[in-house]
Amino acid sequence: MPQEFVRSLNDLDFSKRTPLSYRLHIDVPLLLLIAILCLAGLVILFSASGGNEAMVERQAIHMGVGFVVMVVVAQFDPRFYTHWGFLAYIAGVGMLIAVLFMGTEGKGATRWLDLPGLPAFQPSEILKLAVPIMLSWYLTRYHLPPRFKHIAISFVFLAIPFVLILKQPDLGTSLLIAISGIFVIFLAGMSWALILGLVALVLMLAPALWIFVMREYQKQRVLTFLNPESDRFGSGWNIIQSKTAIGSGGLEGKGYMLGTQAQLDFLPESHTDFIVAVLAEEMGYIGVVVLIVLYLAITSRGLMIAARARESFGRLLAGSLILTFFIYVFVNIGMVSGILPVVGVPLPLVSYGGTSIVTLMAGFGLLMSISTHRKL
Amino acid sequence: MIGLLLQFWRHLLVLILLMMLFGLIGARAIKLQVTDRDFLQSQGEARMERVDSISASRGMILDRNGEPLAVSAPLTTLWADPRLFGQENVPELAKALGVTQQWLSQRTSTQKSFVYLKRHMVPEDAAAILDLKMTGVFGQIEYKRFYPAGEVTAQIIGLTNVDEAGQEGIELAFNDVLEGEDGKKRVLKDLYGRTVRDVESIKAVSPGENLYLTVDQNLQYLAYRELKAAVTQYHATAGSLVMMDVTTGEILAMVNQPSFNPNNRANLVYAQARNRSVTDAIEPGSVVKALTLAAALESGKLKPTSEFNTSPGYRRYDGHTIRDTRDYGKLSMTDVLVKSSNIGASEIALTVGGEEVWKVFYDLGLGQVSGIGLPGESAGLLPNRPNWKDIETATFSYGYGLTVTPLQLVVAYAAIANNGVKVQPMMIRDGTSTVSKRVLSESTATKMQSMLEQVVLKGTGRAAQSALYRIAGKTGTSHKVGPEGYNDNRYVGTFAGFAPVSNPRLAMILIIDDPQGEKYYGGEIAAPAFGRIMEAALQLLNVAPDQALSDGAAFVASELEVAL
Repeated sequence: MPQEFVRSLNDLDFSKRTPLSYRLHIDVPLLLLIAILCLAGLVILFSASGGNEAMVERQAIHMGVGFVVMVVVAQFDPRFYTHWGFLAYIAGVGMLIAVLFMGTEGKGATRWLDLPGLPAFQPSEILKLAVPIMLSWYLTRYHLPPRFKHIAISFVFLAIPFVLILKQPDLGTSLLIAISGIFVIFLAGMSWALILGLVALVLMLAPALWIFVMREYQKQRVLTFLNPESDRFGSGWNIIQSKTAIGSGGLEGKGYMLGTQAQLDFLPESHTDFIVAVLAEEMGYIGVVVLIVLYLAITSRGLMIAARARESFGRLLAGSLILTFFIYVFVNIGMVSGILPVVGVPLPLVSYGGTSIVTLMAGFGLLMSISTHRKL
Repeated sequence: MIGLLLQFWRHLLVLILLMMLFGLIGARAIKLQVTDRDFLQSQGEARMERVDSISASRGMILDRNGEPLAVSAPLTTLWADPRLFGQENVPELAKALGVTQQWLSQRTSTQKSFVYLKRHMVPEDAAAILDLKMTGVFGQIEYKRFYPAGEVTAQIIGLTNVDEAGQEGIELAFNDVLEGEDGKKRVLKDLYGRTVRDVESIKAVSPGENLYLTVDQNLQYLAYRELKAAVTQYHATAGSLVMMDVTTGEILAMVNQPSFNPNNRANLVYAQARNRSVTDAIEPGSVVKALTLAAALESGKLKPTSEFNTSPGYRRYDGHTIRDTRDYGKLSMTDVLVKSSNIGASEIALTVGGEEVWKVFYDLGLGQVSGIGLPGESAGLLPNRPNWKDIETATFSYGYGLTVTPLQLVVAYAAIANNGVKVQPMMIRDGTSTVSKRVLSESTATKMQSMLEQVVLKGTGRAAQSALYRIAGKTGTSHKVGPEGYNDNRYVGTFAGFAPVSNPRLAMILIIDDPQGEKYYGGEIAAPAFGRIMEAALQLLNVAPDQALSDGAAFVASELEVAL
């Protein structure tokens, strides 16, 4: 058994001053906030699915599995992940390459890997965690702030899964993984000159990206986002419908289970990506604010964990994970309310779907591990 | 130190960015939910709110006792909007509808926005298909007409088309009354077009009115059964029967053969849907001799005992020969009727004059529509002439050279039965009073009644006798007209009459068209059925028997009463 598997000596200090939750490696404020969000998610899903109890039950099972994964992940010292993160990254990239050749197709994209003996899964989910872990590990091997060379190599590490996932094609996930990596690099201490240079580069590359890389349907989404009315009954339909649903909720909403747009099936994807429109229609502006405050609280707790981390590795990883979590929320609500193009990002812990929940919970497990393995 | 400061700014920047993004979402929510709220809300309502029409149910048609003759049942019709309907749903929907995939995909591959998928489904079956929630598949309630009495009332009730619009008979004639007016309501519909909630009623539905007929279903059944039996027995091609209340003009029964089943339009032959009793005008033959004699009495020039020599059984007028079946010798007016002598009738008409005879025929309702209000009614043909030639007057007197409908004949006989007062026939009981007009003097009518009773007592109409009621009437046997003039061996057998003679209640005509067997005289084929129907009808109406009973007849009558 490698040494990393053994808990650090401090953890075995059963003195009265160490609270039980700490010994169990549970971050209580984070756990409570996540539990509240999960509960709220189930309540919203029940309405969004039109009172489909079976669906809510399956989602609860997803959450249960997620909680177990979170607690297990939290038991290991962050140092344990420094080494395994690299392996996970290698394995994840390998599977992404495998997807290119033997992936399962669905809705015009090849994202799933159906290996014998395992349930079908999206390798890109592994990279959501492996990329920030791997980059945090790589950059903290050297003195911070990192040198230009290490930053450049970090970008190469980042570019490999980014391009592979973009090829699937899955623009949303590849961008979010890129963002999680950039957060790590940024927090590690990228020089301001480099940041500005990078922004300029992206702006210059954007037209090239549009012409050479983006698929027709991705361009269509962006065009539709810029002018939804151009294709009212085609790709603009989702945005127009969700804006209508949100707006007709008003300040106080129409009441739980009483949102006509959602309940009468006018709102597409109402139980997955567009679920926040259901909340907005039925609970109104107040409901939306409550939800945002909940996400804000989780984000704040995450940032606190990052700030108090024992080591640079933990600080970078926690910071990146929680900021990426927040970006998820922002991108989802942004696209549903029509300030971002539709990129197919679920609302964390609320949208229906097993994979994204388990991945998110594993991420929270990492945060808890960082939070409860502080003492040297 | 500088590095630490930069690190501080770095974290602060992250926090500021974070707050800005949350602020952005909050601001967006305010824009949508507060600023644009009214617009978006109305947009939302526009997606769901629809104005639906509530189909008015068609009024029932009932007989005089409230028995339903035509009723509407709500059924579901499925339709599709091909622009919304996805072809991938074809296999499943075809299976559910029980049609071929090819038919369905063809049907839904048009640019139209409305095609019927299946009409008049049992509501439960349609609901099962609608529950599949296929986009572009919709259901609507439609009513379908059912006719409980089926072929018995088929031609008078008529029928509606698949859209419940009247096509024939009373359904057509009184369509406006029956159909009612559709209502309108505002409803919420989901994406699949199914109504989820009623919001408000815009216009109340006004259902069609029920229509009560004068027809008595019991008498209708009786008449139908007997007519059908007679038509079958004598291998006739068609038959008609009209029964009328002589004092009110109410039609109590009106049946025709062949008939059809109005509940199954699939193999409907429209010729069979024709109500022959009002649409078909025929040359009546001898049944009009009674009217000729009424004209003679009315003129005052003749009386029942006036005598005419009909020897030697044939006579020439204007180069045409008319014949009796044999040489009857000298005949009184009554005997002319009893024996149905063509020569006698001709002599009587010639004595009175063609113009006079024509006028009485016209007054009795021949040559004009009756006013009953059924569609397709024929007025018949009653030609008046500036100068009546003898042969014209002669043939006119025994029922050739004019056409009449069965209904017109029954109205004319009813006028005689009603002591000379003609009443307009009616079929709808809507409170309108009887339109009547005296057309014959009471004395003429009374004399005609007893002369017509003699026809049944000892003349050509003996087969119509009843043990219970005194029946009066006249037979008729006319040659049918073919492409080359009159057919020698194709006939129409008729019996027209009324009963009970002591206080006439019912007038009736029975026509057997084109009998193919040995028998074809009206007295042979129409009179027996006439007697049976008249007797049974009067009994059903609880009319007291007026027959002066002989011992044997009394026994039969008492037996009958026990049986009843």
